[in-house]
Amino acid sequence: MATITKTKKAGLPVGNEAGLGSRVFDTLNVIVLVGLAAITVLPLLYVLAGSFAGEAEISSRPFFLWPEKFVTESYAYIFDTPTFLRALLTTVVVTAVGTVVQVLLTFTMAYPLAKRYLPGRTLVLNLVIFTMVFSGGMIPTYLVVRDLGLLDSYWALILPLAINPFYLIIVKSFFQELPQALEEAARIDGCNEMGVFFKIVLPLSKPIIATFSLFYAVAIWNDYMSPLLYINDPSKWTMQILVRQLTSTDAANALAQMDRTWVPPEQGLKFAVVVIATLPILLFYPFLQKHFAKGVLLGGVKE
Amino acid sequence: MATDLAAPPGKAAPKESRKGAAKVPLRTAVGRYRWLYLMLVPGVAYFVIFKYLPMYGLTIAFQDFLPFLGYSGSPWVGLKHFEELFAGPDFGRLMFNTLLLALLHILFVFPAPIIVALLLNEVRVGFLKRSVQSLIYIPHFLSWTIVASLTYVLFAADFGVLAGWMRELLGDTAKIDYMAQEEWFRPLIILQQLWKQTGWGTIIYLAALAGVDPNLYEAARMDGAGRFRQLWHVTLPAIRPTVVVMAILASGNLLDSGFEQIWLMTTSLNRSVADVFDTYVYYAGITQGAISYSTAVGLFKGVAGVILIFGSNWLAKRLGQRGLF
Repeated sequence: MATITKTKKAGLPVGNEAGLGSRVFDTLNVIVLVGLAAITVLPLLYVLAGSFAGEAEISSRPFFLWPEKFVTESYAYIFDTPTFLRALLTTVVVTAVGTVVQVLLTFTMAYPLAKRYLPGRTLVLNLVIFTMVFSGGMIPTYLVVRDLGLLDSYWALILPLAINPFYLIIVKSFFQELPQALEEAARIDGCNEMGVFFKIVLPLSKPIIATFSLFYAVAIWNDYMSPLLYINDPSKWTMQILVRQLTSTDAANALAQMDRTWVPPEQGLKFAVVVIATLPILLFYPFLQKHFAKGVLLGGVKE
Repeated sequence: MATDLAAPPGKAAPKESRKGAAKVPLRTAVGRYRWLYLMLVPGVAYFVIFKYLPMYGLTIAFQDFLPFLGYSGSPWVGLKHFEELFAGPDFGRLMFNTLLLALLHILFVFPAPIIVALLLNEVRVGFLKRSVQSLIYIPHFLSWTIVASLTYVLFAADFGVLAGWMRELLGDTAKIDYMAQEEWFRPLIILQQLWKQTGWGTIIYLAALAGVDPNLYEAARMDGAGRFRQLWHVTLPAIRPTVVVMAILASGNLLDSGFEQIWLMTTSLNRSVADVFDTYVYYAGITQGAISYSTAVGLFKGVAGVILIFGSNWLAKRLGQRGLF
């Protein structure tokens, strides 16, 4: 330590052997960051605990991470009510089909756009980029969807969002960076561009396909605006609409619309439905985490 | 360029020049690259139908649109709907609410990820840094309906935890329904944005920080700079370009309040402070059926957004920074 105190005067703190102020800062910094992490996670853990707690416990205990008595009544109600199961199934199917459609459309369009020699490529790219700055907006898009006869159709939750222009540009840049030798070899073997794309390029793109599948899947799963705009039929509600209906102030009305078999625990149900709508995201989170940063950094996507 | 190799076999590799593409006659090009063009068709169809048809649909902002007369048959009314918007009683309130939310966003939400990224950057224990990162990224992936529901659960008047704490803190005796209070609308919106977006927002700054040449820190240390002076003279200048780009993007979105979040937090009791352009378009167009009027409101917002993004880009360049384009 003695030597360090001497060198401190010369201002040469090295690594962890820095001065007292520096160590105090490090400690405070860790405390602040751990606090931030706690603020992020505690509400979620509370909702999870609350979903297994009884009505009395929710209203009497201010905050808890472990229910005194485990009650599964809320979940029993959810899995006994056709409305819930239908919404869950709807959302799973729409998310799965939607993700496949979106990934397929995005990657198929990105591939020709990555070919610098393709005449007309710049025009198409500029048309795509323009939609990132300006759009027709909610009402004209709604009218197009309506005129296509897609109101109250699940396709209305998929097609209007089929290609995210930001993702398209990122995938295009990724294709441009791929080594061309393999593609060239396939062409010499008599493959047409479509064959090259499906047999050579897509297998090389597995990690980035995973990344954007996850981005698209999360976006559809979480989408509230599309079902709000395009779905009126309560039998076609998605989970997000259901969550909204149950936790908004007119939750009683929403419950009255359900094929109720018994009176549900009012608060516990809110907790449980939030858990069910969140759970798939959290289950996929480890995979998401592995891939998302890459996706963000590839193109500096904002959202 | 490596991409020259990608030309189909048996044909001369086209020159990588801007004019090169235009020199090929259209018919030859379509024949030679038919598979590539075929692959473009679904995507282009998507952009035409769901992006450019709605842009054409914006013409109804200048009409009294009647569905059975269509886009071409409805009577033209010029700027009637815009006059109605600008002279009407709602415009001032919408503008005020939208801009105030944007201002609060810039003051509180925009700097938050920069600060957290700087703090994370100072952490020397890799495990700790990664764990904190993993946790604070989570809310980005949760929907606004979940965030609104969490807010409801935490702030509910009768059993909400935070509502209880606030009551003790402020010494209130009555149970306040924060979700219904006008004065609590904006704080709750900002809190939600901070909770949902701060962690995720750090990624882009952490990437910029990771790109800083370690030699710069070494040199600064040699010159006698302590940690805080290294932060000031090395770290901050390194992330300035990223901050500028993010600021340009943010100013382009000044009028985008985020439809889902605002809509989910709007109740019949707080509409005077909650109404912004995004939700007003939905309310006027879908709920009230004023199709042409609400399209005009949307068009006004869209054009203002374009002006804002080009304006801030121009400003950034004038101030000597690299812009977006």
